[in-house]
Amino acid sequence: MADQIMLSLKVNGQSHSLQVHPFARLLDVLREDLRFTGTKEGCGEGECGVCSILLNGRLVNSCLVPAVQAQGGEIVTVEGLADGQRLSSLQDAFLTQNGAQCGFCTPGMLLAATDLLQRNPHPDEAAVREGLAGNLCRCTGYVKIVDAVQTAAREAR
Amino acid sequence: MRGYLPPVEVRVPATLGEALTLLAAEPGLWTPLAGGTDLMVVFNAGHLKATRFLDLSRLTELRGIAEDNNLLSFGSLSTYTDLRECRAVHQHFPNLVKSAQVTGALAIQNRGTLGGNIANASPAADTPPSLLAYGAELELVSVLGSRRVAYASFHQGYKQMDLAPDELVAKVLVPKPTGRGFHYFRKVGTRQAQAISKVCLAAYARLEKGCVAELRIGLGSVAPAPVRARAVEQLLLGQPLASLPIEAARLALGSDISPIDDIRATAHYRSVVTGNLLAQMLRELTQA
Amino acid sequence: MIGANSVRKEGRAKVLGTAIYTDDKFMPGALHGVTVRSSVPRGILREIVFGEGIAWDEFTIVTAADIPGTNRVASVVDDQPFLVGLGEEITHPEQPILLLAHSDRAEAERARAAVRLVVDELPAILDIQASLDLEQVIYSTDNLLKEIRIEKGDPAPIWAQAAHVVVGEYRTGAQEQMYLEPNAMLALVERGAETRVSVWGSLQCPYYVHGALKQLFGLPEGRVRVVAMEMGGAFGGKEDYPSVNAGHAALLSWKSGLPVRLIYDREEDLACTTKRHPSRTRLRTAFDAEGHLLALEADFVLDGGAYATLSPVVLSRGAVHVGGVYRCPNVRIHARAVATNTPPPGAFRGFGAPQSLFAIERHMDLCARRLGLDAVELRRRNFLHMGDTMATGQVIREDLDLPGLMDRALAEIHYADRRAAHAITNTESGPIKRGLGLAVFMHGCGFTGNGESHVASVAGVEGLSDGTVSVLAASTEMGQGKNTVFAQIVAEALGLPYELVDVACVDTDHVPNSGPTVASRSTMMVGRILEDAAIGFKQSLVQQGFLQEPYTAEAFQAAVKKAVAHLGRLRCYGQYHRPPNISWDDKTYRGDAYPTYSWGAYAAEVAVDLDTYEVRVEDFVAVQEVGRVVNPTLAAGQIEGGVAQGIGWGLWEEVTMKQGRMVNNQMTNYIIPTSADLPRIRVVFLENAHHAGPGGAKGIGELPMDGPAPALANALENALGPLRLDEVPMTPDRLLSRCEEVAHG
Repeated sequence: MADQIMLSLKVNGQSHSLQVHPFARLLDVLREDLRFTGTKEGCGEGECGVCSILLNGRLVNSCLVPAVQAQGGEIVTVEGLADGQRLSSLQDAFLTQNGAQCGFCTPGMLLAATDLLQRNPHPDEAAVREGLAGNLCRCTGYVKIVDAVQTAAREAR
Repeated sequence: MRGYLPPVEVRVPATLGEALTLLAAEPGLWTPLAGGTDLMVVFNAGHLKATRFLDLSRLTELRGIAEDNNLLSFGSLSTYTDLRECRAVHQHFPNLVKSAQVTGALAIQNRGTLGGNIANASPAADTPPSLLAYGAELELVSVLGSRRVAYASFHQGYKQMDLAPDELVAKVLVPKPTGRGFHYFRKVGTRQAQAISKVCLAAYARLEKGCVAELRIGLGSVAPAPVRARAVEQLLLGQPLASLPIEAARLALGSDISPIDDIRATAHYRSVVTGNLLAQMLRELTQA
Repeated sequence: MIGANSVRKEGRAKVLGTAIYTDDKFMPGALHGVTVRSSVPRGILREIVFGEGIAWDEFTIVTAADIPGTNRVASVVDDQPFLVGLGEEITHPEQPILLLAHSDRAEAERARAAVRLVVDELPAILDIQASLDLEQVIYSTDNLLKEIRIEKGDPAPIWAQAAHVVVGEYRTGAQEQMYLEPNAMLALVERGAETRVSVWGSLQCPYYVHGALKQLFGLPEGRVRVVAMEMGGAFGGKEDYPSVNAGHAALLSWKSGLPVRLIYDREEDLACTTKRHPSRTRLRTAFDAEGHLLALEADFVLDGGAYATLSPVVLSRGAVHVGGVYRCPNVRIHARAVATNTPPPGAFRGFGAPQSLFAIERHMDLCARRLGLDAVELRRRNFLHMGDTMATGQVIREDLDLPGLMDRALAEIHYADRRAAHAITNTESGPIKRGLGLAVFMHGCGFTGNGESHVASVAGVEGLSDGTVSVLAASTEMGQGKNTVFAQIVAEALGLPYELVDVACVDTDHVPNSGPTVASRSTMMVGRILEDAAIGFKQSLVQQGFLQEPYTAEAFQAAVKKAVAHLGRLRCYGQYHRPPNISWDDKTYRGDAYPTYSWGAYAAEVAVDLDTYEVRVEDFVAVQEVGRVVNPTLAAGQIEGGVAQGIGWGLWEEVTMKQGRMVNNQMTNYIIPTSADLPRIRVVFLENAHHAGPGGAKGIGELPMDGPAPALANALENALGPLRLDEVPMTPDRLLSRCEEVAHG
């Protein structure tokens, strides 16, 4: 058996401690050990962005983070975006603008957009397209996603 | 996920000294792990042979970007995002900013490190051409002390480096350009973002009295490792900007590169496009 | 309701991250299944060797010998085995041989790598030409999975007399659907006096899987249950393949007695699941001196891979569309799907039509050049109009206005002005050359020919105890908006607010067979059945005295509550009826190939960088006539997404094969567009209600896949001058070599 480590981290404000393989992907720790299944797996190689989360305030691909490097980390997943049943302005805009079609890229896309608006509250279209370029979507052609991000940015004004 | 979780041993040293001691005790047995953006891909695919890892990510000694009068010193754990966000990098090394911007996308840039980009030694990495163009040096450390090597002589073949099994890349030292400078960077990837290079060309020239006083050209994806276009540089050094021998330079490039066919592009494409980028760079230099 | 931008029914769960996709479903005690595959394209399986270092007794192992029913995947032709048995023929390099399951995913993966197959290799057929040349006979006696001929008039005498005869050959490569959620399936088989098989999966067609499991296990109707989970995209890629992986998961569960998860990672999904069929189309056209099309001859060939799967129907749609939107009195179409030792391709948005439409829409530009006519003008002179007859003899009965559609696209993109401007700037010395191109096309709505009559779909409406209404249909939600559109259609028919109608979970124990979720048929075909069912539902409430017309929403809700309380269950079903004056003969390929068509005119503006041969799409206009638009926001989303896939296919998406296997089977190396690669796609709907669909709606989903590739190729030629742009994707490597052909004469 592989050495296990005791991993402590905070997910959406809640503390968790658990025994994991040191190279368990943070993605699997979230999905399988902690049952935060909102975060998805699309490629396992940091290409599609479907597994994006915020780790210590930065957008990362959770499939490329070994558990050992998440030690003591503060994590935000899609489950942490709404305030109870109240959607964040981005979630609301994705809903009303049809920014989510199949919905599989949506959790990662929402985290990337949240991160983008924190760094740049009023991005133009080019900035949105660059900011989300690590998050692939196969349904929308990105038009409604860009619209949703800009709508949320306007509403926050 | 095709890979499985084999028994592995991971050490998380708290200090650089501790890390180096471990490396010295069992040289070659420990695989350093920084941002994980290359290593974890191989691990997830089930292709990683190594089973003992040294997690460097908590070593504060390897972090930070320091500036003095003559150079910028990048801790090897500097991320692409650190490069993008540092004012001094924008001021002195615009090519490095561009390299960082086109390496993966943001989630990769937040994790991947300059040291990792160098030590992973992929010929398609995007910061090496810029580091070559700026004449960077590396500071390598081991328990025995540190030594400096010119980055241009660091890569010695495919995934072969002037790096002993007990050494780590500690710092990347890049001299600030002086005088009138010309900077050029262009990556041709498989798409506009989140792409691997098919060809990458970075150049820095110092201009003096209407002539090329200093010139370095770094190339990616056209040889077993990132390379300098030394024959081209030689040809152009001292030439007047008004009449740069562009076609001769394009010919000289043939001896500097050795592209191959792979899944992303043919050798022919790489060779033609490298020549075109060189010509484009030289046309811009003519206008400079 | 119809025409409103109602918010996606399942949208809230999707943005909250609470929508449950297959791999999100928790099944305590589930084993992890893996598939051991061949690695050679063709051979005879002699032995399976279980390697050292694995505790094999901990594993559930399933081979062909274990299969309780029929070892054939139910499809158009039942020719594909679930697993290859000892002494049987392996016919492609990703062929499933045996299945393993273990409680520890890591162990399952380790064991997969420890199995060795002993195979007597046989020479393989790896491409269309080798198959046509019968270098080896690998399927039937002639390597043909299906052959179709469509004939109208007689082209033979035309060739010698025509003012112009133009010949062209066009090729398209395979394309991966690249749904973001890889194929995934969970199974639970309860074995007792009565074996009961249940699967939960990412699948488009619950009753296809249902049929496949019945045949695999030899079970009757009521003992198989298929549940469609939330689906992370499909685009055809989860149309027929889930019959295979559902069978595999169920076999492992049947043997182990435990629930089994069979979740593909991206590499496996890319390597072994279905793709768009590669194609080769040869066209010969004759024109009179004024540029009127007199004759068309088409030789349309698809690479169908190792088994028939859906190739016969993909071929049929491709063949019907090869004549494009043009009037032509004399037509000969010869279409063949040939077998190769490669993983079988299958459905992908467009289903054969993008291949043949790429050929004809590229060919029209080539013809225009040969005739010395403008490509727009040549199209205008040959467009189909009401009363014209298509290749199968189908008469256009709708008020079709292709010139109007085309002119709108040209106006939106400022075609003439920008072309003129680029003609000047392109002569300058810089590396960037710009051009504009056009494609005009159609897409047949619903199944080809008698497909709808064969399926005879049923869908229904159920009243619930809270007075709301639930839609009963096996049509699945894959992101296209089925839940929302069905609710809108039923709400419209009942005169209710959208919020009072919801859609039932797609579970074969609960919903009737409304047919597969394919072929742009859900809104138009199933929607129409639902409209009937809803009206029947209302009438039965009225007739039984629960409801009086006119009514308010509150009164309706109260009536449903009362009726449910009184009757226990309140359901009303509708069924497909073939519309009058539609006929089709499958033997001669004569008649109404589709009840109606959606029509499109797409225009693209590109910039090519002659230093790198990279292409940027700078503007894209998609004008279409799709009948009445049920939900404009969702419909625009369908068009934008389809255009993005079409652009990807046209420019970047290439499946690289070596010895019959995909070798770029990673997202890093199979290039789909990011947000930074695409322009804002501009969508225009010209509405023209059609009687066949609910409230006048026609099909939408597949149409946008057809236009982008030829529009881009035509734009590239406008930018670069005459060039052999006869193949997609037009990658930088390919463009370079085509430009070099011109430079070297």
